[in-house]
Amino acid sequence: MQISQSRMGDNALAGRFPDEHGHFGVYGGQFVAETLMRPLQELCEAYEQCCNDLSFLTEFEEDLKQYVGRPSPLYLAKRWSTQIGGARIYLKREDLNHTGAHKINNTVGQALLAIRMGKRRVIAETGAGQHGVAAATVAARLGLECVVYMGETDMERQAINVYRMKLLGARVVPVTSGSRTLKDALNEALRDWVTNVDETFYIIGSVAGPHPYPRMVRDFQSVIGREARAQILEQAGRLPDALVACVGGGSNAMGLFYPFLGDSEVALFGIEAAGEGIETARHAAPLCAGRPGVLHGNRTYLMTDDDGQILATHSISAGLDYPGVGPEHAWLKDTGRATYASVTDGEALQAFHGLTRTEGIIPALESSHALAYAGSLAKAMSSDQVIIVNLSGRGDKDIHTVASQEGIPV
Amino acid sequence: MSRITGCFQRLQEARRCALIPFVTAGDPDLSVTLPLMHALVTAGANIIELGVPFSDPMADGPVIQRANERALARQVSLRKVLGLVKAFRAHDVETPVVLMGYLNPIEVMGYDAFSDMAAGVGVDGVITVDLPPEEAEIFVRTMQHRSIDPIFLLAPTSNRARIAQICALARGFVYYVSLKGVTGAAHLDVESVANKVYEIREITDLPIGVGFGIRDAESAARIGAISDAVVVGSALVQRVEALRHRWEVIPEEVPLLISEMRRAMDHGRSPR
Repeated sequence: MQISQSRMGDNALAGRFPDEHGHFGVYGGQFVAETLMRPLQELCEAYEQCCNDLSFLTEFEEDLKQYVGRPSPLYLAKRWSTQIGGARIYLKREDLNHTGAHKINNTVGQALLAIRMGKRRVIAETGAGQHGVAAATVAARLGLECVVYMGETDMERQAINVYRMKLLGARVVPVTSGSRTLKDALNEALRDWVTNVDETFYIIGSVAGPHPYPRMVRDFQSVIGREARAQILEQAGRLPDALVACVGGGSNAMGLFYPFLGDSEVALFGIEAAGEGIETARHAAPLCAGRPGVLHGNRTYLMTDDDGQILATHSISAGLDYPGVGPEHAWLKDTGRATYASVTDGEALQAFHGLTRTEGIIPALESSHALAYAGSLAKAMSSDQVIIVNLSGRGDKDIHTVASQEGIPV
Repeated sequence: MSRITGCFQRLQEARRCALIPFVTAGDPDLSVTLPLMHALVTAGANIIELGVPFSDPMADGPVIQRANERALARQVSLRKVLGLVKAFRAHDVETPVVLMGYLNPIEVMGYDAFSDMAAGVGVDGVITVDLPPEEAEIFVRTMQHRSIDPIFLLAPTSNRARIAQICALARGFVYYVSLKGVTGAAHLDVESVANKVYEIREITDLPIGVGFGIRDAESAARIGAISDAVVVGSALVQRVEALRHRWEVIPEEVPLLISEMRRAMDHGRSPR
């Protein structure tokens, strides 16, 4: 089912989930309007074929190498680890990818699939703009028409990424409905898809949405974990004790976790945005403080009120500002294979500065959530233990946000 | 026999097509929706479709999105919509009422609790936009156990296999979405709708309703001539929106569209 065992996953759990209808236990599935059901079936079939097509796999791997710049380094953050005291922390440097985040691993894969399916128009939703930029980038390279939906609020917060997308030839459509953030952009992209379904390929940016997206995006992103597993065995001579990654929709975390699912000695930690604090209700932590429900095509943990309405979210990081989470994470939480915790805006900012000053690496605010948790985890561990943190993106896009937090005009 | 099935049987005997208006419950206020429902029946509606407000109406165009936002601003919840149906039933025990909405409010309430309450207040059918047959098995069983008809959508993209799969689960009627797109879209191609309705008829004996893109008496008559039910939503909701600052006239003025449609449809169908 997934891209062949040797290439996409080499452990006992790989290939068992989701089931053929896209279920991870009770989560996942295909909860969409009837008009989209056959297009989703066609997508499942096309993806299945590509998974077994050596020329597709070779082209994907070659693009990851020559265009994205893979493999990304696994870097031992010596000074930062020493300053914290405790476990040695390695950083998986997805921030060094082309366009500055892990998002491009997935857009490269989906755009190749779009071409195989004969679709010349791609659409995408974006929150922080990283997925929108990654989609616009591959569209420019392959000569595809590209439309990106982005909440009006996010367009204000991430004006530079909006301009980057325009430079790349994409049309950025402001979304003015609902809370004007990522979830509303997803609604609008789904509306576009249902209207233009014959010629359009919808590039979803996370391990969310209806089947086959959670599986497909995970498979495309699992290059992160495969590389990290081989790199840590080579550099440390052993598997890590823990993996830590931030979770909005959860694609960078699934990409890192997936090739380690069968390694029971490796603890998995997914870190959500606690915003101003879980107790304030101004957060974006459905796994930590939400409940199961159905949104955007799948059953998963959601932030929803007693009437089933989706709640507004808050995080300093636009990329984590989403009321749902990929269904595989919901399943990993319920089965206990992964542990989910949350980190506040303030803790993330502290980690942002900590890594910047000790290692000369400016992390994205999303990734800073993972760093903050890894820091507290490392303190309770010994120096012969090893943590890998997914440094999912670079922080250049967040400079304005950080400066304004500190009252500094930039 | 369910109220919906009975309704279609009577109409078919009289060689008439059902007219089904859709309004979003609580837009602009629940106190307006109740008299509006009764007035729609008086104007010639055979079944009332009530939209249940949801924060993320993914399959709806701007008109119904805004109706959802207006209703949510007044905290109209699924529970309150059920209360509205109960109030409607105090004066009308004949007209079938169908709820149309998204799955999450029902998920959060729980299938059993929802179907108990819905059956208790006199709901006859439920359309859940984002619940395709693949995911609907438990839901359908729960509804049927309380004699509520699960009503499913068919789309231009549904092939024969899907139509058969859906019609095997559906009760009451099936709802053919006449175009690829969201509610309120404009371009209605009557010929292609007729072809698809013909294809669906070969597969099922269920009555076939057609919705999306029906805006006026003329399009209602043309669609009415080839189907068993005409569903009109955005065109009505648009009129509600235009009068949102003059609530008192909504139950009087909005049903005028339904009267016009009714006249045009009955004229088109009258035996010659």
